[in-house]
Amino acid sequence: MSIRVQPDAFDPGDELSRLHAQNLGVGAVVTFVGYVRDFNEGRDVGGMFLEHFPGMTEKALAKIVDEATQRWPLLKVELIHRIGRLEPGEPIVFVGTSSAHREAAFEACAFIMDYLKTRAPFWKKEDTADGPRWVEGRCSDQQAAQRWKQD
Amino acid sequence: MIRVQYFARYREALGLDGEQLSNSEDFSTLNDVREFLLARGGAWQVLAEQNLMCARNQELCSLDEAVAEGDEVAFFPTVTGG
Repeated sequence: MSIRVQPDAFDPGDELSRLHAQNLGVGAVVTFVGYVRDFNEGRDVGGMFLEHFPGMTEKALAKIVDEATQRWPLLKVELIHRIGRLEPGEPIVFVGTSSAHREAAFEACAFIMDYLKTRAPFWKKEDTADGPRWVEGRCSDQQAAQRWKQD
Repeated sequence: MIRVQYFARYREALGLDGEQLSNSEDFSTLNDVREFLLARGGAWQVLAEQNLMCARNQELCSLDEAVAEGDEVAFFPTVTGG
């Protein structure tokens, strides 16, 4: 399992390849890549800054990945989240899961993203024509995370 | 002593990224800390927001969470990563 919080850009293709390298037991790889868009809520976005809570961020991500590996039979998890200055078109986040079969990989990837969006301490500040603007949390993200609740 | 940290929009509104509170005996929960800060008035009202999130010793928690001497607590707006 690999978790990286970094200012540097990454190549999603390289990361994808790594998920099945040296393991012929991998039958399924699922990846999610989130990108910086050039618009949001009706306004042009010229880029953004990603703030985080050093220390807590790494712990929160480790806890999410740990929970995923307990719930699904995963062979590998790769999680990368960028911080600092980002331009439109750049990847922000990468989640890759590998497993023997597709179901575990699909579900674990969605679970990790849903929990990351609601539990990991990152905050986006977008550059707009009206100046910098903090992105507000969305109810739909909370609802997406709710579906993974277990009794 | 309790260490309090503020992030993102709250940090900007308060003009402060953190501070030490020496009156830790006055607090039994994180909400007590928040009430103490709210009583400062002005910009501190940002901590009254309904969707405020908080952490104790770098773990997400609720405002009911108990707080103790030496703890590190944090208040921040809803997270927006990913």
